[in-house]
Amino acid sequence: MLQTIAFYLFSGVLIGAATMVVVARNPVHSVLFLILAFFNAAGLFVLMGAEFLAMLLVVVYVGAVAVLFMFVVMMLDVDFAKLRAGFANYLPIGAAIGMVLLAELVFVLGAWSVSPALPEAMALPIPDPSQVHNTKALGLVIYDDYVYVFQASGLVLLVAMVGAIVLTLREREGVKRQSIARQVARTRAEGVAVVPVESRKGVDV
Amino acid sequence: MIADFALAPLLPELILALSGMALLMLGAFSSGDATRTVSGFAVAALLAAAAAAATQSDMRVVLMSGTFVSDPFSSFAKVAILLASAAALLMSLDYNEREGFARFEYPVLMVFAALGMTMMVSANDLISLYLGLELQSLSLYVLAAIRRDSARATEAGLKYFVLGALSSGLLLYGASLIYGFSGSTNFETIAGVMVDHGGGAPVGVVFGIVFVAAALAFKVSAAPFHMWTPDVYEGAPTPVTAFFAAAPKLAAMALLVRVLVEPLGALVADWRQIVVFVAIASMAIGAFAAIAQTSIKRLMAYSSIGHVGYALVGLAAGDETGVRGVLVYMAIYVVMNLGAFAVILSMKRQGRMVETIGDLAGLSRSQPLLAAGLAVAMFSMAGIPPLAGFFGKFYVFMAAVSAGLYPLAVIGVVASVIGAFYYLRIVKIMYFDEPAPAFDPVTEPGQAGVLGVSTAFTLLFFLWPVPLVDAAAKAAAALFGG
Repeated sequence: MLQTIAFYLFSGVLIGAATMVVVARNPVHSVLFLILAFFNAAGLFVLMGAEFLAMLLVVVYVGAVAVLFMFVVMMLDVDFAKLRAGFANYLPIGAAIGMVLLAELVFVLGAWSVSPALPEAMALPIPDPSQVHNTKALGLVIYDDYVYVFQASGLVLLVAMVGAIVLTLREREGVKRQSIARQVARTRAEGVAVVPVESRKGVDV
Repeated sequence: MIADFALAPLLPELILALSGMALLMLGAFSSGDATRTVSGFAVAALLAAAAAAATQSDMRVVLMSGTFVSDPFSSFAKVAILLASAAALLMSLDYNEREGFARFEYPVLMVFAALGMTMMVSANDLISLYLGLELQSLSLYVLAAIRRDSARATEAGLKYFVLGALSSGLLLYGASLIYGFSGSTNFETIAGVMVDHGGGAPVGVVFGIVFVAAALAFKVSAAPFHMWTPDVYEGAPTPVTAFFAAAPKLAAMALLVRVLVEPLGALVADWRQIVVFVAIASMAIGAFAAIAQTSIKRLMAYSSIGHVGYALVGLAAGDETGVRGVLVYMAIYVVMNLGAFAVILSMKRQGRMVETIGDLAGLSRSQPLLAAGLAVAMFSMAGIPPLAGFFGKFYVFMAAVSAGLYPLAVIGVVASVIGAFYYLRIVKIMYFDEPAPAFDPVTEPGQAGVLGVSTAFTLLFFLWPVPLVDAAAKAAAALFGG
């Protein structure tokens, strides 16, 4: 009973927040609603017993991705009203295509069938939660069965990083940079000069 | 010694991944400009990986919990991909330096792109398929925009990225539908499930196939998913275009063949109509749209769309001869394409690159060797015997005819006659038009070497076609469990 209430609560808030992400006028509000949506999705994961995914969602998406979004939204001076100017023009055709796609999806899901051989075909059956907690179960799958694709995704991220640096990093000339080694290695002789100053003359520095 | 090593089938990928990362280190930590050194090592790594792929055994080996497969099909595709990548890299060195964007990341990204391609052709699972494809695409997006001070290159990169991301989304959606029906991402399991089902495929699976086929058609730039091709080919720096038109095309085509034949082989009746439609549309677009082009790079883009259409004719046959035809066709296409781009990369007047077709006027008088090389490539692409391009077309059309797809074969022949017009027009411009000012002489050994090898292959293929055709036949047989 309590679980059902929690499920509908999380789902309702999730859908409401997701809608607000799209319709909110202020982009900062959109990002805040996105964070709310992530929290509720995490709640749904907890209800399903997938506590690791729930924590991951909170740590990675709320903690890193959404904060990054927030930075970008606040630093870029994007005029969202201007971006939406063409919206009304494209609305009819967009809506028409959307409706056609929706109708097709209903058609597909209405006639959905799973293969009769599905139970045997299941590549990796879900382990018994009373035997192994799901962090460990995920680890076993990722690092044993899917080690190849795990490494491959690492390479994809490496290429993304290289790409970002290649396309944006510019070596700027004439920028003063701090060199701690040089600072530390500086001797008294380099920095201090003792100049005898005659009275009422001053010195050129 | 190599046979005892349990990961030996993974050797090409291991070589590429490790050398890619090592070269990144070398480039980042060397004090001076390391582009030349890194490029040299990158070519060596690509060739070493090609050698490792060529010496794989003929057995089908499945590794890594069923996510990776090595068989003659993957070995054939890998050798072609890696050699084409090495050739494209060799051709680009001087150009990049001259145009001021020679950076050590360029060869490194090419190595990673090649790694993505080898992973694609060795994929035995929807997840490894997707990751290989993404690794390749992501490297290519960056390469397209690597000349970041040029508005055209940036636009090309952005356009490619946005449309490529869309197609990846389609692929994932289609893959999720197939997974939803079969309960597995493994190709062998999916194949088993599809066979068990028999009869007509359920509508959800057909939707999945349509989405996957559309996404992969985007990657091979087959019509009607070709819109990005001319813009990206024109905007990207020419050596990058040469690379795009060769290895990634072959890799994506090999992937498309494997996906349709291995896991979805039982549903050939369902996907054949898609392939037939895409083949006809691509051949038509390639033949008609290229006629009006003035930029040679745009012309090559439309020409590549047309060639993909011809290769798909072989796939439409859906049997062993058809797949053999696709492989022979794509291998020959890659060789002649690299030859043509070696000439395009030499189109330079007083140190500045030119790229309109009119600039080629009278090339036969100012630089007869260059003109002869391009003429051979053009005649071959038009499919005139006894050049290599003719044999490529011969094998795919023969497969289509023996599978009973007469209308498709007839349309293909008609399209190649129309397409011959613009290939021959280039030859006419080079040989019979009033000469334009001469190009600078070619001093670059990389380009000259690639052009020489490509021309020799195209001219002399008919003397000894057996090795390529045999290897392709063995590769195709592996896919059909022979």
